[in-house]
Amino acid sequence: MNRLQIELPGLSLKNPIMPASGCFGFGKEYSQFYDLSILGAIMIKATTLEPRYGNPTPRVAETSAGMLNAIGLQNPGLEGVLANELPWLEQFDVPIIANVAGSETEDYVEVAEKISVAPNVKALELNISCPNVKKGGIAFGTIPEVAAELTKRVKEVSSVPVYVKLSPNVADIVGMAQAVEEAGADGLTMINTLLGMRLDIKTGKPILANKSGGLSGPAIKPVAIRMIYEVSQKVNIPIIGMGGIESTDDVIEYFYAGASAVAVGTMNFTDPFICPRIIKELPGKLDELKVTHLSELTGRSWKMYGAKANHCS
Amino acid sequence: MIHHEKMLVVSQKQIAKDIFELTLQGNLVKEMEEPGQFVHIKTNPGLDPLLRRPISIASIEKDKNQFTVIYRAEGKGTRLLSQNIEGNEVDVLGPLGNGFPIDEINSGETALLIGGGIGVPPLYELAKQLNKQGTRTIHILGFETAEKSFYENKFSELGETFIATVDGSLGTSGFVTNVLDENEIHFDVLYSCGPTPMLKALEERFHGRKAYLSLEQRMGCGIGACFACVCHVADDPTGSKYVKICSDGPVFPIGKVVLT
Repeated sequence: MNRLQIELPGLSLKNPIMPASGCFGFGKEYSQFYDLSILGAIMIKATTLEPRYGNPTPRVAETSAGMLNAIGLQNPGLEGVLANELPWLEQFDVPIIANVAGSETEDYVEVAEKISVAPNVKALELNISCPNVKKGGIAFGTIPEVAAELTKRVKEVSSVPVYVKLSPNVADIVGMAQAVEEAGADGLTMINTLLGMRLDIKTGKPILANKSGGLSGPAIKPVAIRMIYEVSQKVNIPIIGMGGIESTDDVIEYFYAGASAVAVGTMNFTDPFICPRIIKELPGKLDELKVTHLSELTGRSWKMYGAKANHCS
Repeated sequence: MIHHEKMLVVSQKQIAKDIFELTLQGNLVKEMEEPGQFVHIKTNPGLDPLLRRPISIASIEKDKNQFTVIYRAEGKGTRLLSQNIEGNEVDVLGPLGNGFPIDEINSGETALLIGGGIGVPPLYELAKQLNKQGTRTIHILGFETAEKSFYENKFSELGETFIATVDGSLGTSGFVTNVLDENEIHFDVLYSCGPTPMLKALEERFHGRKAYLSLEQRMGCGIGACFACVCHVADDPTGSKYVKICSDGPVFPIGKVVLT
């Protein structure tokens, strides 16, 4: 038995570890370091209908235990991803989760329809939470009705299960999660970055050319844990958790909170070997915790300790 | 091939105001070829600062399995890095990027190397390698003030060396362009690294000449995955073409990218 094997809608994961969208490009750079087939899955960089150059530089700024980015969804566009990136990834035995972004509903629908039939794309991640684009992105992810409508439209055309990536920049994360579940989402991924800003000490100007950006890295982990803890008790679809994972213990914490798999983001930049390292360490951690299978840990924080008893399963 | 290695600190010393020279030892050195490449250094254990620091390679000594970086300790990360002493280990990813092409110039020809501030260091290994292949090098090094200047003697050992300081405390008063104005310097190929305004001035002056510029930008991953350090390509009316400074550069032929 593979103690790390996780079955989720559309996804048969040999382990729960995958690089998060935007932190791994389309895999080429990291394939210099290790065989991408060892990963549970790969969440590729957001794909939009047309190629996007993204925002002016500087696009990144460091913060305490975190970083701000305002890349602006730079990508080669649907055609480029279908023609070059996805076929290149076919050489690896790894399911691809395609992150889909857009400015208008029609963009999302067209990208979702076409990218979901690529042979190695096993699920979509609907990006309604990018804080760095002027149109679309987070605009779809802050109003439950709008998010639900988009989810419904994308579900109608997608050939694979749809996971909706939630923004933490909302007042009611549970309401948002329930709205997209109701609209047919097969799963959730959470969280995207938190809106943030840094100013230059010498000049007083924002460091990022885009002024504000998305905060990621270990600094945001407690926010993600809290949101997954709350959402996982109120929905019946699985959650892929992300936000600042930098160790095997962090992965366990995400499972305790209610995640069924996890994505590693920013820390790939600091340690390109972080995903293989965690995958290697996980079985030993299960021994230490006296757990047979990783999936037993999902939701332990509230299942075992009964935070909200009426939602224990 | 990019390696990830905990490298041994052989020496670290301050060589000018806020400027440190750090020599590291390890097998990663075997992978270093071109002058102008850089390494991505984790300046501290732990999570703050979180990201690595891209620092250009100033000198390679293959026979000792050592290389040297020269950096300015200004921010949190570089200040922490400057506290390392002999015998410590430093986490290094590299070598990264594409450096200066030394085969674009022949032996017997003359290369002009122009560096500004913390852009000076990669030119030292370049000067070494060019001289080794029989290419003559002339150096123009610009600094803010005399107390922040470094390596004048080392460059002088390899070829004629001009210094400019903004406050006039050493060499020509003003910028590297003042040195160009005041001296008739003939060269076959220009190689340069320094602040963007300096590179822009050189681009204006030497447009159409054979020249290579090393660019700088805030980086995330340093390997081309995060798209933090992209810049526009010059001859692209659509504005959609780009290069990544970390993995396509940091060195580009003059005029290839839009300097911002």
